[in-house]
Amino acid sequence: MKLGIVKETRPNERRVAGSPNVVARWVKAGWQVDVERGAGVAASYPDSQYTEAGATIVERAVAWGADLVLKVRPPEPPEINQLREGATLLSFIYPAQNEALVKRLAVRKATVLAMDLVPRISRAQKMDALSSMQNISGYRAVIEAANRFGSFFTGQFTAAGKVPPGKVLVIGAGVAGLAALGAAKGLGAIVRAFDVRAAAEEQVKSMGAEFLTVTIKESGEGQGGYAKEMSQEFIDAEYALFREQAKDVDVVITTALIPGKPAPKLWLKDMVEMMKPGSVVVDLAAEQGGNCEYTKAGEVVDVNGVSIIGYTDLPSRMAHVSSDLYAMNLFHFLEEMGGASAFKIDHENDAVRPALVLENGEKRFPPPPMKKVEVPPPVPKPPEVPKPLPVAEAAKPTAPGHHGPAPRAPSARSGMVIAVAGLVAAAIWIGLRLGEADALSGASRLLQHMTVFVMAVFIGFQVIWNVTPALHTPLMSVTNAISGIIVVGGLLSGRGRLTDSVGVALVAALFATINIAGGFIVTRRMLAMFRK
Amino acid sequence: MQAELHKQGAEALSSVAYLVAAVLFILALRGLSSQETAKRGNIYGIVGMAIAVGATLAWPGPGFHPLLVASIVIAVAVGAVMATRVGMTQMPELVALLHSFVGLAAVLVGFSIQLAFVGDLAEAIEIYIDVIIGAITTTGSVLAFLKLRGSVSGKPLLLPARHLLNLAMLTGIVVLGVVYARSPQLWSLAAATAIACVLGVHLVAAIGGADMPVVVSMLNSYSGWTAAAAGFMLNNDLLIITGALVGSSGAILSYIMCRAMNRSIWNVIFGGFGATPPPSKGKPAQPAGEVQEIDATALAEQLKAAKNVIIVPGFGMAAARAQHAVREMTDVLRKQGVNVRFAIHPVAGRLPGHMNVLLAEANVPYDIVLEMDEINQDFPNTDIAIVIGANDIVNPAAEEDPTSPIAGMPVLQVWKAKLVVVNKRSRAAGYAGIDNPLFYKPGTKMLFGDSKAAIEKVVAALKS
Repeated sequence: MKLGIVKETRPNERRVAGSPNVVARWVKAGWQVDVERGAGVAASYPDSQYTEAGATIVERAVAWGADLVLKVRPPEPPEINQLREGATLLSFIYPAQNEALVKRLAVRKATVLAMDLVPRISRAQKMDALSSMQNISGYRAVIEAANRFGSFFTGQFTAAGKVPPGKVLVIGAGVAGLAALGAAKGLGAIVRAFDVRAAAEEQVKSMGAEFLTVTIKESGEGQGGYAKEMSQEFIDAEYALFREQAKDVDVVITTALIPGKPAPKLWLKDMVEMMKPGSVVVDLAAEQGGNCEYTKAGEVVDVNGVSIIGYTDLPSRMAHVSSDLYAMNLFHFLEEMGGASAFKIDHENDAVRPALVLENGEKRFPPPPMKKVEVPPPVPKPPEVPKPLPVAEAAKPTAPGHHGPAPRAPSARSGMVIAVAGLVAAAIWIGLRLGEADALSGASRLLQHMTVFVMAVFIGFQVIWNVTPALHTPLMSVTNAISGIIVVGGLLSGRGRLTDSVGVALVAALFATINIAGGFIVTRRMLAMFRK
Repeated sequence: MQAELHKQGAEALSSVAYLVAAVLFILALRGLSSQETAKRGNIYGIVGMAIAVGATLAWPGPGFHPLLVASIVIAVAVGAVMATRVGMTQMPELVALLHSFVGLAAVLVGFSIQLAFVGDLAEAIEIYIDVIIGAITTTGSVLAFLKLRGSVSGKPLLLPARHLLNLAMLTGIVVLGVVYARSPQLWSLAAATAIACVLGVHLVAAIGGADMPVVVSMLNSYSGWTAAAAGFMLNNDLLIITGALVGSSGAILSYIMCRAMNRSIWNVIFGGFGATPPPSKGKPAQPAGEVQEIDATALAEQLKAAKNVIIVPGFGMAAARAQHAVREMTDVLRKQGVNVRFAIHPVAGRLPGHMNVLLAEANVPYDIVLEMDEINQDFPNTDIAIVIGANDIVNPAAEEDPTSPIAGMPVLQVWKAKLVVVNKRSRAAGYAGIDNPLFYKPGTKMLFGDSKAAIEKVVAALKS
């Protein structure tokens, strides 16, 4: 089948739907590729590179006459007429906003796949052109801001004195927001981020940025990784936070979008006015009406020395790389549809079906609801912190002798029980002692012994945990030997004339000494065997 | 006056000596943290003991009876002979026997003091506790010794009302304790000792053979607590410290063993595990298929072609004394450039670390002998896993069959190796009485026969 890569006609659009790199892969995969003359020039891909990659350079009409036309921007009316009847078109379409366009395409009996509708599921990530473009936008937003910002992003200590680091606030930590965080961090700025979705916090922190929060708890998780609209109470708290930040930060990058709605107004006029002159606001939502009240789409506005950048063509400003990434997304998408050999529209494919707008002129948009597999709706949190389970419930009693399926590992609790029981016993003992007349010295002696005992148990635990498992048998035999220390007892009571008491003590000493001698010798024997 | 001063000086000197001995004991245990320092640790222990005994002998007071010297000389001789004669396979028995000696010594010391009783209430209680723990340790250890030796069946003795029986005995001990505390008479102490002896036997009798490692380390712990109790009784800090060290050591070993079997210590003590084969009614999860056999020559051929081999030894290897044959096989394979390693499950054998000692005895270098956690992830990259005399510790049912009695127990995942060869004397079930689906897996081949003879045949085939 023949692929046609056409030149973009919209003013200031520098991207192209195929880079020489990807064209080579298409050719290798068995596609025949026609590239319109000069299609990649604005993205710094001269025609010669396409020829080298195995494509044919053709005139405009020929490229549009291909079986499959690849494009970036939605086609303009004159372009639609060049589309061969029954051909397939892959590009950004935004069918919800461009109904007239979809109707015209339907007249041409076209099959249309919208790259902006590729679902945000894990499997389709490599085809997600919106994410590719948002990533670039986020990066470029920082570069544009740096271009306007009159100081360093990174703090510096120069011979003349120190320069504080720039502070960057990113609102909305989606793909674009995270890319902006990374870029700003890479330039050395202090970076902060705000997002209503709790899931964003970890991602933000992983980029080395500070995550700002408001005290009100409300889940902002919407569908498909986007946020939903928040309550008034939450918005008020959010504004208070932003006003505080406005006085402090040098650069604000806003990326907040809610699907199917105009962009929420988050950076109000008074916030802009609070900012220091020389500061910069970059509004990535400019095309959808802007997050900042001063934003004008496609322009830079100056308010008391604060620049508000409303460019809508940030990916196009990095046409070289964005063309390449977009082409890679197209490549993966075509592979998903069966590649050159088995290309078809599969309604069962949950990565392809949502992107299908028209099939042979018949409307297939909006797609039927898919089984939600990959993005489970957020689990509603219980209103209160869950109470700790009652003990009886946590420890399912297993009847002794009955082989329960999965007995619990020895828990810390049984250790606690033993410790508490020991302490109680000790207390009773001490009580008994104190109850006696003339026993104060006895009580203090006992306390002293208890102290020694407890300390020794602790030391024992510390030391034994370090014993390597391979030496557990020598450990047992050496403890055998040293527990023969009980010989001291025999020796202490086995003195004087041979009474019954002394006789018994002598036997005790005998057994204890067997232990000492036997234990140490056998340990020695075992240890001598271990060799590398 | 002069004599009094002299006595005080000597006591102070002895106390310092005890402190030094206690520190040396701690260093002795610390030395066991690695093979390099272990021998030095043992020497610390010997020096510490010598200092402690020397200081005790120097303790001022009436002189020692000549019989004492005689009994010590005899004891050293007996201990030395036992320790040099014992085979590494019998280590569990020796350890159990030595535990019983500690218990016995504690009981005897307690009685010795009772016979010359001059103390107060607290001392009476201390004597009582010392004697009771000592008695339980003694008889429990003796029974464990007999079970390990095979003189008594390893099958657990499960009396119908055994928990009630235990409870009754405990109550009896407590009641007698109160009687004894009021008036420290010999008869009440003796009666209580008798009950404690029965209790010790009964507790160990109820525990199945597969749980022997736990029992031995538990008795190790008891012997420590006994020594500590004796320390309270004798007002001797050295005994308290040493007893506490040994007691915690045994407690930790028991904990490690229990964790390796995914059971709680209570379950082991009171569970009567391994009593009967699991009820085969219900869903028996009977492994389907026939076992495939392999002979020594074929195994040798496979081994020659292998790159990575892991050997998993179990008690069967110890029982057949096959460790030397296994080492010879290892040497031959290693000379041919095969990477041979050993995987040791924490509860392999009848004693914690038993397999390591057996392999060390056979001159297997300890750096190719690895713990379960270190090697378990390597099985998928292993050409041949050879299981020698092990069963439950390689049973996939622990992971796959939630109804298995050993479900949840961490096991060595030998079945992930490309080929598993299981050496087994016969087709009988393992010590825990559980059938092993490993034997029926398609990647498993059985090498039936006595471990020693079978491995020797493999060695011969490898050399030819």
